[in-house]
Amino acid sequence: MGKVKVKKQSTFIDMTAMSDVTVLLLTFFMLTSTFMQKEPITVNTPASVSEVKVPETNSVTILVDKDGKIFLAMDNPAELQRTTEAVAAHYNVTFTPAQQNAIRKLTSFGVPIRDLPAYLDKTVEKQDAYVQEQLKIPNNPRIGIPNGGSENITGDDATAANKIDPNNEFKVWIESATKGKAIGEVKLAIKADKTTDYKVVKKVISDLRDLRKNEYLLVTNLRTASSD
Amino acid sequence: MSEVQVNDDGGKKKGRQKKQVLRVDFTPMVDMNMLLITFFMFSTTLLKPQVMNISMPSKEKAEEGSGTEFRASTALTILLGDENDIYYYEGMPTEADWNDTAYLKRTTYNEDGIRAVLMKKNDGTYQKIQELKEKRSKGTISEQFFTEKVTEIQTEANKNLKIAPNVLIKPTDNSSYKNMVDALDEMLVCNIGFYQIGELTDGDRYLLYLKSNKTKPDYLTDAQKKDLGIN
Repeated sequence: MGKVKVKKQSTFIDMTAMSDVTVLLLTFFMLTSTFMQKEPITVNTPASVSEVKVPETNSVTILVDKDGKIFLAMDNPAELQRTTEAVAAHYNVTFTPAQQNAIRKLTSFGVPIRDLPAYLDKTVEKQDAYVQEQLKIPNNPRIGIPNGGSENITGDDATAANKIDPNNEFKVWIESATKGKAIGEVKLAIKADKTTDYKVVKKVISDLRDLRKNEYLLVTNLRTASSD
Repeated sequence: MSEVQVNDDGGKKKGRQKKQVLRVDFTPMVDMNMLLITFFMFSTTLLKPQVMNISMPSKEKAEEGSGTEFRASTALTILLGDENDIYYYEGMPTEADWNDTAYLKRTTYNEDGIRAVLMKKNDGTYQKIQELKEKRSKGTISEQFFTEKVTEIQTEANKNLKIAPNVLIKPTDNSSYKNMVDALDEMLVCNIGFYQIGELTDGDRYLLYLKSNKTKPDYLTDAQKKDLGIN
């Protein structure tokens, strides 16, 4: 019997070209990506036909969740640190050097200023867990930036600083974030959940108007046929 | 491609040249790259969220005659009720209108609802601006020219022709934020030049209460409830 000779064929596939393509793609994604900002609360923004994009720099995002809890996010770490220190000074709260470093790493936050040093001592994971835990308690004053207090501190000659109510930390934050800046230099973006009651948004806008901040960006997502 | 031919005639051995083929297997490299690509693709946000510009009036009182007043004759007031209700009325209500349940008209957020009302009111300027928008999307006019021209048309219509409506949006406390954004969105779609978010007046509240067949006293203020004897 004659043996059938099986011809040995190499199954080696040259992967160099493939590797070239993947490296190119990888480079593209690495250069174009901006990482998703982690947000402590999920906010489903309503849709609009507006085509204006979120500004790249110097924006203060005011996150408002369904129940009206306020969280702040600033995209510039240096500004965030400056603002936080100004607010802390206003309420006589001091930070340790370690806490000062932690401020810069905050993405978005929403605790009363008195709780902030303790909050900064936690690791990022612990911070998240803390927020989730506190959010479970209804009407919890220890989560969200307090914006209570009367709206009626008005008067034509009262300066913005005089109008600030000690119970309204939100106003202090915004005032500190925009202090010494030209009008329009710091963009205020309001990002509220679509199911948020208007009265909650009205309160936020009313507070901002007290501070003579009259222009805002409402964050929305693009209206598509399916979201109608 | 991944083969490197090595001519090994390293001096000492004489005689036949020995050819060695050096092959590098790139498969693990590709695997790793694919993983990284997947990671970046999922973590990136290519689509940035949109924003809508709004300006609120300052809380300080405006001087009379500063050109910021609303004109009653062309005013269109939109009331945003709870449970996604939307109502509108034209002009300023007179005494006789307060008890007229048909004065406040109910509509919807749909295309044939509030949008149709606004389109009809804004017919004169809508077409002009729409033409400009088309030109802009074709790239025949610049963004700056477009903005200037739109402002010009809107101001013209408001001042001289008195055909463009002044829209006042008044959300009630229990309407959702989505309702407000939807209403503002209609302003953009219908090319309305002059609109404002305003506070409900006592009259508006009463009209809403009346429209709900007196079943929703929540629309009223505490003082009004007292006057009407509702608890």
